[in-house]
Amino acid sequence: MRLIKELVFAVVLTLAAISSIVGSHAHEMKIGNLLIDHPWSRQPLPASAVAVGFMKITNTGSEDDRLVKATATISDTVQIHEMSMDNGVMKMGELAGGLVIPAGATVEFKPGSYHLMFIGLKERPVEGTAFEGTLTFEKAGTVDISYDVEAPNAGMN
Amino acid sequence: MRRLPLIFGSVAFAVAAILGAILLYGYWAKAPDGASVVGGPFRLASANGGVVDTMALKGHPYGVFFGFTHCPEVCPTTLYDMAATLAQLGDEAKDFRLYFITVDPERDTAAILKDYVGNFDPRIEALVPTAEELKHVAQAFRAYYDKEPTSDGSYTMNHTAMVYLMDREGKFAGIVSYGEKPEMRLDKLRKLVVG
Repeated sequence: MRLIKELVFAVVLTLAAISSIVGSHAHEMKIGNLLIDHPWSRQPLPASAVAVGFMKITNTGSEDDRLVKATATISDTVQIHEMSMDNGVMKMGELAGGLVIPAGATVEFKPGSYHLMFIGLKERPVEGTAFEGTLTFEKAGTVDISYDVEAPNAGMN
Repeated sequence: MRRLPLIFGSVAFAVAAILGAILLYGYWAKAPDGASVVGGPFRLASANGGVVDTMALKGHPYGVFFGFTHCPEVCPTTLYDMAATLAQLGDEAKDFRLYFITVDPERDTAAILKDYVGNFDPRIEALVPTAEELKHVAQAFRAYYDKEPTSDGSYTMNHTAMVYLMDREGKFAGIVSYGEKPEMRLDKLRKLVVG
């Protein structure tokens, strides 16, 4: 009886361990040496002309790569932008040549920094849902990704 | 007879001294600590219809934010943050108004702006300047705005991301920075509406 209890306990623990490992990779995509972690977006304001995308991209390889293009089902185009606050002035600039993901580095798209801008919205992303897109890297190629849509002011404070 | 030049001289000197004093007083009175130098009266069309005239706002504190609806991040977040703080203050801030002035009148029509700010708080209102009016009101608030071309032949905007706070006299009373801690924002707004 005691042995069975211990066995059951061991099995349950193992299953829990496995599912937690699987769970933590639940929102990660991979292409070649690039790991794309948790792409997410914000529900935009009604009448907002654009939506925004964030994520972390890690280059586990020994060669630099470059994100050159992105697409999404929700918009006509997607642009890569950098953003910075300079003495109270918000400055945005499109990175039309793409963004380097250096070897061994993680580049984070997050509020206040790099973001993907979804322009020409065909549908309005809704909090709690997800939408599909692709990322194209110069060397690694194109990968399908999905964005989790969060609250309109998620990621602040 | 010899005294005349002396008399003239003294009178001239006195007049010069008085004029000088008036000018100096004028200078000191105008620029004590620069507080009156940011912001200024304006009269702009509201996205709700009608006009907002700061002359009519005397006695009420208000805030001004320059933004646009093609703004991916700063503008929505600022509106959310300000709405949250206004909700926290509740009736204390019932006379406060936040004016969202578009820096992109080419694309941002009254109808679009009304929808954009409409879901927040009736205290938040969008204003629709003409290009010329925008130039003047931005200058008065020393707010920067600029078009930044994008690869699709369109453009985005760079702009000052602070909320300007104006007191009951219509004088500049400070700013709320983008990304400021909610407690600080609450504190500033409470002081503004209660003070």
